[in-house]
Amino acid sequence: MAEHSEPQEHQGSAHPTAATYVAIFAVLLIITIVEVGVFYVPAFHGFLAPILLTLSALKFTLVVMFYMHLKFDHPLFRTIFTLPLLIAAAVIIALLFLYGVFRL
Amino acid sequence: MSHAAAAHYTSTGLDSRKIAFWTFIGSECLLFGSLIATYLVYEGRSVSGPTTHEILNIPLTSVSTFDLLLSSLMMVLALAAVQRGDRLWARVWLAATALLGAIFLGFQAFEFTHFVHEGLGFTTNLFGSTFFTLTGFHGGHVFVGVVWLLTLLVRSFQGKLGPEKAMNVEIAGLYWHFVDVVWIVIFTVVYLIQTTPLPAS
Repeated sequence: MAEHSEPQEHQGSAHPTAATYVAIFAVLLIITIVEVGVFYVPAFHGFLAPILLTLSALKFTLVVMFYMHLKFDHPLFRTIFTLPLLIAAAVIIALLFLYGVFRL
Repeated sequence: MSHAAAAHYTSTGLDSRKIAFWTFIGSECLLFGSLIATYLVYEGRSVSGPTTHEILNIPLTSVSTFDLLLSSLMMVLALAAVQRGDRLWARVWLAATALLGAIFLGFQAFEFTHFVHEGLGFTTNLFGSTFFTLTGFHGGHVFVGVVWLLTLLVRSFQGKLGPEKAMNVEIAGLYWHFVDVVWIVIFTVVYLIQTTPLPAS
């Protein structure tokens, strides 16, 4: 059995400052306002899904990277999270094709 | 018990509780991925109303989305306060996070009640079944998060939430932020991207 090693220096350390957290919140708020704005502008309705999915992915990434500290934590945590996330995305896309929502 | 023993470090040098919790969050990705896929597969296929266009209230949900995003800010500030041993501000931010979570649940209860009054129940149509299942599961997670935060708040008032217990708050924070990112996806996919209903055949 492997011996337990000492805690690594970069685990849970070097988190951002409160000012960074507030700045991230401001960006999240602005993106949300843009999302809702885009929803109400008829000119964007032809591209609504790609625009909104891109903005949503940006918000998702900001929260995961900064508030959940994946940007600063050990890479193992990123792997543990990203792998099932990709599987979940693949399941969604596969089911949408399977049920004819998307067509090749 | 020494601090090193209490911290559950593993052969990787990482805290085992944190590894376990990220694994749990990974499994939650699969759960919510399945629920979102099910919603999308059946969206626009209801043969009777009410449907998304007729019933979803975007302004109201935008406010509840703002509420949940703000709660995530409060959560990271609570963690930072606990890490630096600032008990007063840790309690303030934890209480604020729990309150914002409770407000979000209030919005959801209002929305669900409104939908039922408008004639959309769990078994009314495919939209009702998939919508209530997806958002209900998310609301259940928010409820668990609020209870967890209140538990941490009580521990803080008992004087048992010092900097040495920061990992407990960090793990609760991971859960809370995950609930937030799931809502970010639900808000976009369910509320903002609404497909045109299929014509009745």
